[in-house]
Amino acid sequence: MSIVVDNETKLVVSGLTGREGSFHGLRNRAYGTYLAAGVTPGKGGQDVEGVPVFDSIAEAVEKEGANTSMIFVPARFAAPAIDEAIESGVQTVIAITEGIPVLDMLKTYWKAKEAGVRLIGPNCPGVLSPGKANVGIIPAQFFDPGPIGVVSKSGTLTYQIGNELKQAGEGNSSIVGIGGDPIIGSDFIDILGLYEADPETELIVMVGEIGGDAEERAAEFIAAEISKPVVAYIAGFTAPPGKQMGHAGAIISGSSGTAQAKKDALEAKGVRVGESPTETAKIAVEVLRG
Amino acid sequence: MDLLEYQGKQLFAEHGIAVPSGEVAATVDDAVAAADRIGYPCAIKAQVLIGGRGKAGGIKIAADAEEARAHAEAIIGMDIYGPRGEGPFRVEQVWVEGGSDIASEYYASVILDRGEKKLLAMVSAKGGMDIEAVAEEDPEALVRRHVDPSRPFTAAEARPIVDAAGLDEDVRDEVAEVLAKLAEVAAGEDATLIEVNPLIVTAGREVVALDAKVTIDGNATFRHQELAEAAETSDDPQEAMAKEKGLIYVKLDGNVGILANGAGLCMSTLDVVAQAGGAPANFLDAGGGSKAEAIVDALTVITSDEKVTAILFNIFGGITRCDEIANGIVTASGQIDLEVPLVVRLDGTNSEEGLRILAEASLPNLHQETTMLDAARRVVELAGASG
Repeated sequence: MSIVVDNETKLVVSGLTGREGSFHGLRNRAYGTYLAAGVTPGKGGQDVEGVPVFDSIAEAVEKEGANTSMIFVPARFAAPAIDEAIESGVQTVIAITEGIPVLDMLKTYWKAKEAGVRLIGPNCPGVLSPGKANVGIIPAQFFDPGPIGVVSKSGTLTYQIGNELKQAGEGNSSIVGIGGDPIIGSDFIDILGLYEADPETELIVMVGEIGGDAEERAAEFIAAEISKPVVAYIAGFTAPPGKQMGHAGAIISGSSGTAQAKKDALEAKGVRVGESPTETAKIAVEVLRG
Repeated sequence: MDLLEYQGKQLFAEHGIAVPSGEVAATVDDAVAAADRIGYPCAIKAQVLIGGRGKAGGIKIAADAEEARAHAEAIIGMDIYGPRGEGPFRVEQVWVEGGSDIASEYYASVILDRGEKKLLAMVSAKGGMDIEAVAEEDPEALVRRHVDPSRPFTAAEARPIVDAAGLDEDVRDEVAEVLAKLAEVAAGEDATLIEVNPLIVTAGREVVALDAKVTIDGNATFRHQELAEAAETSDDPQEAMAKEKGLIYVKLDGNVGILANGAGLCMSTLDVVAQAGGAPANFLDAGGGSKAEAIVDALTVITSDEKVTAILFNIFGGITRCDEIANGIVTASGQIDLEVPLVVRLDGTNSEEGLRILAEASLPNLHQETTMLDAARRVVELAGASG
């Protein structure tokens, strides 16, 4: 098993006719993902290297049986594209696009929630289940199948840690990039819950960064709900405090959102936190091998 | 993107929230002339993007023209530090506004709660002071309610929050109205934080926003070009140059120039360089899909900081293609006189091609490392002591 994407994934890519959309969509297909269709309004009837293109996602669902949508359209058109995907009948929407207005995402988040559609991202690298399917921009060559589930706010940092795990001879059940935007479809706790239920996953690596309180919430969730070992990494210890305006952000969560606060919250719940990506991978391997 | 107080107040006024009338001034003479027009007493308020201006001496009341001049002279050009030592923030402009006859000071805000994925409205009868301290010492004095995302946030919806905060009975309708309008500002202007502290009740029982802290979502600036243009530009030369070139750059104090792709990897690179005993000179996220030109721009910005004695490129390609990064480095080295050593670590999409391009170019002063930790150690060694 694995989570979010697997051998059952039938992918429809919004933005497949664009440069990045076709590059990564076809890479996903080359990896073995079943690429069922592309969608670009007005370009229905065309094809991209044999992949049929439709005017709407619903059409791709109806005609090709697509069950997973990947959004690769420019930021200002992306929220409506995600909304379209949510209403199209797919079960999973993976939004790669970065720069989507936050309050647009707020509305879209609740639409996904009400429709019972799993939304990953936006501004995320996607999901890879090694040996099964890759949906997004994760370079799959750095990840082998194995028992470690990874969930991360950061794309490149995930590749870094995955690569370190591979060099240590370990692999992954899935790698989920949840994205670093203020409003994302799935948080750490959503993905941690999926890994807990996934029999193939024996250990979870969680990669966070400064800002928000998702890591602090995850710490509480891990203590209450997760029986599998979790190893974490937090980026941003030397990040400048930056210009802080109102104090309201800290009032909400009671946390300053700093890397140290997140590390402390996780360690207080027994989660080991690595100092660097390399050390994090090392701890994960150590814990896994007992 | 944070707005200055007066820019926030202009937005409030556009949405029908009462604010004192005033004028912005960048020189002492202009400030005094504005004060004369507005009348006395008036407030001279430093326009900087940091809280705690009053305590730092950035807000003064002038009873007459002489005092207005003295305050303007003291405030314009002063450096203000935040409550946690942030800054300095140099005062370039002051906002001169009519003095208010204050009967009560409240607190009101509407902000995005990332965790709950909802807007959060907050009201307190204890305004005019550090609201974080109020939240800690007397949590019940700060009433917090999430805004239901499925329907409009009207004054009627806001009223129970105001009631719970125990404000003066006669102004509750007005404050509820203000709260609803703050939510309207959030939706209409793509604001993720709007804080009014204090929201005052005047002796004449008018409800007026005496301060404004507004953060506009940087992703939505395409819908708010005027705000984006009015927003304060950085006076740091590198930051200004980076902004012009569309790079995400933050200047730091050290001597190790850093470029990485992705905010997470870039932050991690700073951390690892610091752990190796180095001092990062900057944060520069080249972003996803970094093109050759972006690398030229990035190197131009990094090397224009004279403190930089060595540069680390830490690239792990996903959407970014390592061959494009390598081409960028080769192109840049032809255009820029690169006097400092450059440590490059390329991994990920098309990394073999990237490494081949760099090897063929055999650039002087270029050092390749295969791991992030080795690259960090190497650049720290090459950079030498900071300062």
